[in-house]
Amino acid sequence: MIRSTAAEMAAKLVAGEVTSVALTQAHLDRIASVDSDVHAFLYVDTEGALAQAAAVDAKRAKGEKLSPLAGVPLALKDVMAQKGIPTTCGSKILEGWRPPYDSTVVANLKKNDIVILGKTNMDEFAMGSSTENSAYGPTHNPWDLTRIPGGSGGGSSAALAAFEAPLAIGTDTGGSIRQPAAVTGTVGVKPTYGGVSRYGLVAFSSSLDQAGPCARTVLDAALLHEAIAGHDPKDSTSINAPVPQVVAAAKSGDVKGMKIGVVKELNGDGYQAGVRARFEESLELLAKAGAEIVEVSAPNFEYALAAYYLIAPSECSSNLARFDAMRYGLRVGDVDGASAESVMNLTREVGFGKEVKRRIILGTYALSSGYYDAYYGSAQKVRTLITQDFTNAFAKADVLVSPTCPTTAFKIGEKANDPLAMYLNDIATIPVNMAGIGGMSLPSGLADEDGLPVGFQIMSPVMKDERMYSVGAALEAALLSKWGAPLLDKAPIMGGAK
Amino acid sequence: MSSLSRDDVAKLAGLARIEMSEAELVAFSNEFTVILDAVARVQEVAGADVEATSHPLPLRNVFRKDVVVPSLTPEEALSGAPAQEEQRFRVPQILGEE
Amino acid sequence: MSLTYDDVVAKYEPVLGLEVHVELNTNSKMFCGCSTIFGAEPNTQTCPVCLALPGALPTVNEKAIESTIKIGLALNCSIAPFSRFARKNYFYPDMPKNFQISQYDEPICVNGYVDVEIQTDEGTKQFRVEVERVHMEEDTGKSLHVGGATGRIHGADYSLLDYNRAGIPLVEIVTKIVPGTGKYAPEVAKAYVSELRDILRGLGVSDVKMEQGSLRCDANVSLRLIGSDVLGTRSETKNVNSLRSVERAVRGEMIRHAELLNKGERVVQETRHFQEDTGLTRSGRSKEQAEDYRYFPEPDLVPVAPDAAWIEELRAAIPERPSLHRKRLQEAWNVPAKEMEAMINADVLGIVEATVALGADPTKARSWWLGEISRLANERDTAIADLAITPTDVAAIVALVEKGELTDKLARQVVEGVIAGEGTPADVVAKRGIKVVNDDGALMAAIEKVCAEQAETAEKVRSGHLPAAGALIGAVMKETKGQADAARVRELLLAHLGQA
Repeated sequence: MIRSTAAEMAAKLVAGEVTSVALTQAHLDRIASVDSDVHAFLYVDTEGALAQAAAVDAKRAKGEKLSPLAGVPLALKDVMAQKGIPTTCGSKILEGWRPPYDSTVVANLKKNDIVILGKTNMDEFAMGSSTENSAYGPTHNPWDLTRIPGGSGGGSSAALAAFEAPLAIGTDTGGSIRQPAAVTGTVGVKPTYGGVSRYGLVAFSSSLDQAGPCARTVLDAALLHEAIAGHDPKDSTSINAPVPQVVAAAKSGDVKGMKIGVVKELNGDGYQAGVRARFEESLELLAKAGAEIVEVSAPNFEYALAAYYLIAPSECSSNLARFDAMRYGLRVGDVDGASAESVMNLTREVGFGKEVKRRIILGTYALSSGYYDAYYGSAQKVRTLITQDFTNAFAKADVLVSPTCPTTAFKIGEKANDPLAMYLNDIATIPVNMAGIGGMSLPSGLADEDGLPVGFQIMSPVMKDERMYSVGAALEAALLSKWGAPLLDKAPIMGGAK
Repeated sequence: MSSLSRDDVAKLAGLARIEMSEAELVAFSNEFTVILDAVARVQEVAGADVEATSHPLPLRNVFRKDVVVPSLTPEEALSGAPAQEEQRFRVPQILGEE
Repeated sequence: MSLTYDDVVAKYEPVLGLEVHVELNTNSKMFCGCSTIFGAEPNTQTCPVCLALPGALPTVNEKAIESTIKIGLALNCSIAPFSRFARKNYFYPDMPKNFQISQYDEPICVNGYVDVEIQTDEGTKQFRVEVERVHMEEDTGKSLHVGGATGRIHGADYSLLDYNRAGIPLVEIVTKIVPGTGKYAPEVAKAYVSELRDILRGLGVSDVKMEQGSLRCDANVSLRLIGSDVLGTRSETKNVNSLRSVERAVRGEMIRHAELLNKGERVVQETRHFQEDTGLTRSGRSKEQAEDYRYFPEPDLVPVAPDAAWIEELRAAIPERPSLHRKRLQEAWNVPAKEMEAMINADVLGIVEATVALGADPTKARSWWLGEISRLANERDTAIADLAITPTDVAAIVALVEKGELTDKLARQVVEGVIAGEGTPADVVAKRGIKVVNDDGALMAAIEKVCAEQAETAEKVRSGHLPAAGALIGAVMKETKGQADAARVRELLLAHLGQA
């Protein structure tokens, strides 16, 4: 049952073949059996999930009209505020904090009767590409437990790949949904910036952060996308327009006559051979499905990484200032005679991990008087250039594509002491955040050299999210018929799953 | 070309309210020299004629009506407080201006 | 301490700069829907946004934007077609986010001015105070310092924070430097803040109560040698909580600076705190090492770009500048300056104006509000505005008196009735049966009765001794319970006694 897609589970719930309580319990059992190895969850809300499931079952028994995913369980990235449930963002500084309010995403999940199983592990405050930066220990990739599951949303993607949940919520600032999806053989979507409310998403970089759906199929992602998206007056940067029809697009999967632009700069040197092979293969399948493949150039993408590592740290240095030991969270050094300032200094020393400190300091520098124009100001200009590159490319193609990441999952610890090497993971995903457009990663197979999953990235213009779902669904269908079974069937069996 | 001395890092850590050991200050100073060289590349293309983009969406004038909505209860507001007294957040002595 | 003010201004020229913070009187906070009511229980007007809980986001109060634009227009500013919020980053426990959402290089209003008049040795003189910018920001929480001897921050053991005030909309109005005021600098500073307060009150955008902190003034003062064009080092005095204090603070700082300069010492650029009791300032935080606020555009908010139509709509709602308005009224009503002052002090100018607008004679309207009604308000220990009598009522009463349907004495009864809640003047007249007796027959009967009773007095009048008539008129009025028109009684009486 737990290996079904969310859509299949929903159908069984509607048909009365299974109850939400049973489905939820099955996932809780799975978590109990495999999560000691995977460590995808930071908190499992057994009681809350079962209570929510029972409530959905009761509504269904009364014949109430329910939303498409009602009763299906989900794993929530620990960066989303959920009322009364510990929300740590993978950081010591928030250990034990229980928000007195729900994020809009959580409110939407509850409104749609989607059952929240618990909170998933992540790089501290979403800064990282491996979940190794979690203060609570790394998450392990179900394909190979010695490897990283990607980051920052490695907990969510690993939970999907280990069949601990059929759906998950991620957030993506520079690739934190898509890169984990790529390295775990799952689907992850970063919607258009402003498509999903940021209210209650603990901010890393406000102008880049975007929550989105994670799933094992394109259709499941679309169903979750429609459940969480939409205008929110509590988020001033939320787009006041109808949600793109992504479910319809995922169901049709029609790419006939679509122009698919291959971004020249997001391929080639630095990309693993197996990653490139799977990418080429996917292009052929899309061409066979009736799409026209064209090449486009985005000359300024080579500056995206540098600009990102100025903009994101700058915003984070300010966003994370609120963690000061005064109103909530950790407090260190509050001894007789201590000053508020020294308590702040000591708490932030102990409460933040190394990567978070690194970025706060970098951002503080980039914004400081005398350096602002050279760093933050220049990075903002690069942002304009990248957006122009996208505008030009989208004039020639309906969607753009690239490998999601240059490599497959690396070993835990392999890049932990080389921040620049770590940052390179996001080289193909970052431009999407800079321009605020949509991006999806879906599995394109396994790399020949290491047998690990490879991701295929599809990018669509602002509020044209349905396009990436059409292309994703078409590619998924072509790959499925080629493989004969979902890719995750090739992953090692864990915990004696059926 | 770009570099940050140990003292620069110490000053930034002060601004950011993060206590740092001597070893950390030195380590960050070495790292930042490398990182700053990498990120300084943005200056290569950031000409005076290029506009800055601070936000991905061209939204303007997003307002809310001046209507009072219910606040948290004081219990909720103070629920995360490391220390409280008289329905207020209790914090260590504040040095500085009045 | 031997320096006199005259010594100071004989040698130095003061340069002023004034920063005024005004709390807007919106119902909800600047960036969230929490109430702004003053004096609530601690932390009862807080939410995830104003407590800066992780994940919360600000949203902009439209009314606050409109109020700020109105302030800009009233201060003759240009309204920027594009303006943005920026984060001002610094750590302080009363500021939950550890940054303040403010405006930096793109404020909403720029380049305005306020003309103020002060009395000088050469008579009334006008000074123009130029306004550099008007921008929006948010207030901080309030801290209560516990322990230590003074209850002040220094020596306190710990502090208690109430965030009810955090996020209340603030508008900061910053002047350009004001040179050329010479010895009148303290008066100009006071006149500016006073004029600003009047303008803001007239706009209805703030309570402008200095004592409650809804209007706060920081006075920047520096001195330079007369004739020099090099600016001196300035000090920034905070805590200036009354108009009188503005004047005292500027004067005090001028003397303090001059004493330092005369001794060859240096003025330190710093924040100083004004102390009401001594009129002196005390050193606060030194600004020598300027804090690096790392301003950058607030990514959680979108730019404010008011279009011309919106600005014109707001401009149309701007009332005439209070000082000009007063001048105009004074001329139109032909009232002496003293009387004008009395109306302003009693806070009845607006009410009198409304009464006149309803057709009442300005002098009568003024005398009712300043006289009888003020007296009744005092008696009841309430504000005139809180009495249950309106300009419409007073205009109606004035009209009744003019038509001869009420005497002044009766009108006072009507006023009292209206205030007592008995209804409109017409209701009171009806209910109390108040009416002028103008039935000549009834009056004649009373006159004949009185003349019979006081035959001797009547005879005096008949013989031409007119002053004696007063006693008879009084008696007739008494006979008719004050409801008669005294003029008519006199007329009839004199006719009756052959003196018409």
